[in-house]
Amino acid sequence: MTEPLLKINDLHVAFRQGRTMVPAVQGASLAVYPGQTVAIVGESGSGKSTTAHAIIGLLPGTGQVTDGEILFEGRDIAHASKKDIVAVRGSKIGLVPQDPMSNLNPLYRVGKQIKEALEAAGIAKGKAADARVIELLEEAGLPDAERRAKQFPHEFSGGMRQRALIAMGLAARPKLLIADEPTSALDVTVQKQILDHLDQLTDDLGVAVLLITHDLGLAAERADHLVVMYKGRVVESGPALQILQHPQHPYSQRLIKSAPSLASQRLLSQQRAEVREQAQEVAEVLADEVAQGDTQFGEGLDVVVEAKGLTKVFPIPGGAPWKKSEFTAVDDVSFQLKRGTTLAIVGESGSGKSTVAQMVLDLLKPTSGTVEFDGVDISTLRGKKEQLAFRRQVQPVFQNPYASLDPMYSIYRSIEEPLRTHKIGTGAEREARIRDLLDKVSLPWAVSRRFPNELSGGQRQRVAVARALALQPEVVILDEAVSALDVLVQAQILSLLADLQAELGLSYLFITHDLAVVRQIADDVLVMERGKLVEHASVDEVFSNPRQEYTRRLLDAIPGGSIELSR
Amino acid sequence: MPEIPTTAPLPGQDHFVAPLGETPLEATGTLDTSRPPESQWKEAWKNLRRNVLFWVSAIILGFVLVVVAFPGLFTDLNPLKADLSRSLEGPSSGHIAGFDKQGYDVFARTIYGARASVSVGVACTLVVTILGLISGALAGFYGGWVDTIVSRIADIFFAIPLLLGAIVGLSVLNNAWPDRGFGGGVVAVTFALAAFGWPQVTRIARSAVLEVKNLEFVDAARAIGASQARNLWRHVVPNALAPVIVIATVSLGIFIVAEATLSFLGIGLPYGVVSWGNDISAAQNQIRSGQRLGVLFWPASALAVTVLGFILLGDAVQDALDPKSRKKD
Repeated sequence: MTEPLLKINDLHVAFRQGRTMVPAVQGASLAVYPGQTVAIVGESGSGKSTTAHAIIGLLPGTGQVTDGEILFEGRDIAHASKKDIVAVRGSKIGLVPQDPMSNLNPLYRVGKQIKEALEAAGIAKGKAADARVIELLEEAGLPDAERRAKQFPHEFSGGMRQRALIAMGLAARPKLLIADEPTSALDVTVQKQILDHLDQLTDDLGVAVLLITHDLGLAAERADHLVVMYKGRVVESGPALQILQHPQHPYSQRLIKSAPSLASQRLLSQQRAEVREQAQEVAEVLADEVAQGDTQFGEGLDVVVEAKGLTKVFPIPGGAPWKKSEFTAVDDVSFQLKRGTTLAIVGESGSGKSTVAQMVLDLLKPTSGTVEFDGVDISTLRGKKEQLAFRRQVQPVFQNPYASLDPMYSIYRSIEEPLRTHKIGTGAEREARIRDLLDKVSLPWAVSRRFPNELSGGQRQRVAVARALALQPEVVILDEAVSALDVLVQAQILSLLADLQAELGLSYLFITHDLAVVRQIADDVLVMERGKLVEHASVDEVFSNPRQEYTRRLLDAIPGGSIELSR
Repeated sequence: MPEIPTTAPLPGQDHFVAPLGETPLEATGTLDTSRPPESQWKEAWKNLRRNVLFWVSAIILGFVLVVVAFPGLFTDLNPLKADLSRSLEGPSSGHIAGFDKQGYDVFARTIYGARASVSVGVACTLVVTILGLISGALAGFYGGWVDTIVSRIADIFFAIPLLLGAIVGLSVLNNAWPDRGFGGGVVAVTFALAAFGWPQVTRIARSAVLEVKNLEFVDAARAIGASQARNLWRHVVPNALAPVIVIATVSLGIFIVAEATLSFLGIGLPYGVVSWGNDISAAQNQIRSGQRLGVLFWPASALAVTVLGFILLGDAVQDALDPKSRKKD
């Protein structure tokens, strides 16, 4: 019978805050066997990263292990001396940190930083170490490793940096590798490549992996054993497939139900069809009103937004003022958004999808091409009155819930601002409207007196939606609006958006990097790659029969997409 | 139904389900309504209140302000009444600090001198902050040629050391406007110091505005249809104020020192004005002769303590407004 490599018994970790200790981990237990991959899954604040940091002795100054033990190869390292932990760290337990952007020192060459790891662990020195660095980088899947080792981190892409960090984590051939959200900052296709590589590498070397992730699909796909954490406690643990198919704890059940990559496709397309039908009905009535009345903006067309040959070229300053070059962020993109439907624009970072959103919002002027809103070319709008009339019809919700509300404004003032700017209603009427809007996004009235810093990410995003709806727009541009949220909150906001669409007949332009989410909200999909339109089809077509290689790669990269769930 | 692995789980890896009562599920995102709503300024004030430094500086500055407003509360003597027969006399009853060379009462002059120092400090800071905030905000927000012009002008003034510039400026002013009394003296010194002090605030305001203007709420306001100007003054500037307030508090102390230095050199406030700088200047002979150092001690300590108060306040304000300590979750 093999002994567990790492065994955590009833671990408690707390952070000092003033004079009180705030518990972060309460009684976590788990075991990792040699060569095994174990995943800790949880949302932000669940204590998963704290647990990982406790293992490797990297808790911040205010944190400490208050109870329990961490046995590594049978020895308790939770209460070991600093010296003993340093001896284990790096040489026996490696770490691949979360953020590849900030975890490499920008002042040193990448090779030197890995060499440092080798020398610190006492494995190799001088010339031998240099040679080993190149081997390690090659092993981590970096082509042309010899040249790469001499480069600085800023010359690396995110994926390459993460590979360098993996090389560093595995430099001393540890027995256990802790990977703390190793790929959450990367594009899905890069994520897949890196995880595949990591899987293979750790298999070959017989290294056990403790994977920390918020993504249940990813965890299920990569790990043998799952540990689900919630509010600092382990709520369920066991074989990955068993938990996925027969979750016992209500929290795990909820998590699995909400994970966009795992949700059942058939169910979703049914729900989606119902929402769309209702939304289109409402939208038709609205369109008729627009077509007959002459107060509103537009003509009441069926196609509410149409982009024709949108192109955006940014000048890039070169080494000298006369050496400017150009970068085409968006290249000849055309699409139609039909009233009462959702069009998703999907692409990885740098694909130009957000630039398209900015142009549709008229926050950025296209280099060439036009955006027509309900039959009116928005570049022909003249004067403040026409501008404001257009703004009323198209409103955005942005990605970052922490930056999209003015921290100085109370929630009431934030939602009131569009009404004030457009001089709508008296004070009392505005208040009634804000009440109604808060109600629509399921927030209590008490929120109105609060400030953004007092709200959670999901609540702020609800406020952002309420603000966007204040002017009763026909179109809402959702620019990665749910990307920064935890899965459960994400699922809530998505269903809120669907409800609002059905109720108000809204049309959504949904910008996202996450194809899995698209299935829950979109009717048509537009796939972009490097500024160009790659594929344009309905959601069902894209998921069942992608015609382009790139789309197929994107689909393939959705973690856990292929796992069968029993229903 | 897909197969469930039949191999027995390893010890410590059995399927474990926590008892439900242990971690009751909560609705995601509940609102804590137990505390009153808190704006950032309110929160900053709360942080400030907890800081010992703040209270130390508040006591010092509160006292200084009372002295400035009501010097009569602390002494009945006239700081402008000289009694040459008591020149350099030591402390006696009713004259705790004794007399200086001209026979002025040192304590009375120290008390009345506060007014000049604090007036110059406050006036300079106000002018510099308003000028710097406006120029920095415009440069940072609009960028392009506005930024180029403002930043280059600021660079030119920044390159000239504050005191050197003020000395030159004041010598010109002294010739053009010889007899200017207390009010005119304060205006002239303020003008000379502010002319070379504003670029620092401009730079800080500009970089703060640059940081804020790219946040999403600014885009959101543009998408609502808010004008650029409204966006700048309603959204960007209020969010960029914190570092400007910190630098303003600290520069209050710096300007007071600068005024004292200029007066010490004899070109700051006119000689007839009661000010710490002038008194320190007059007392410098005592350093050479080594007798009656108390004449120097009183105005110099008053100056040091006041400046200390402002610098401590600057530190405390910085701690309170530091966005890092304010971050939640």
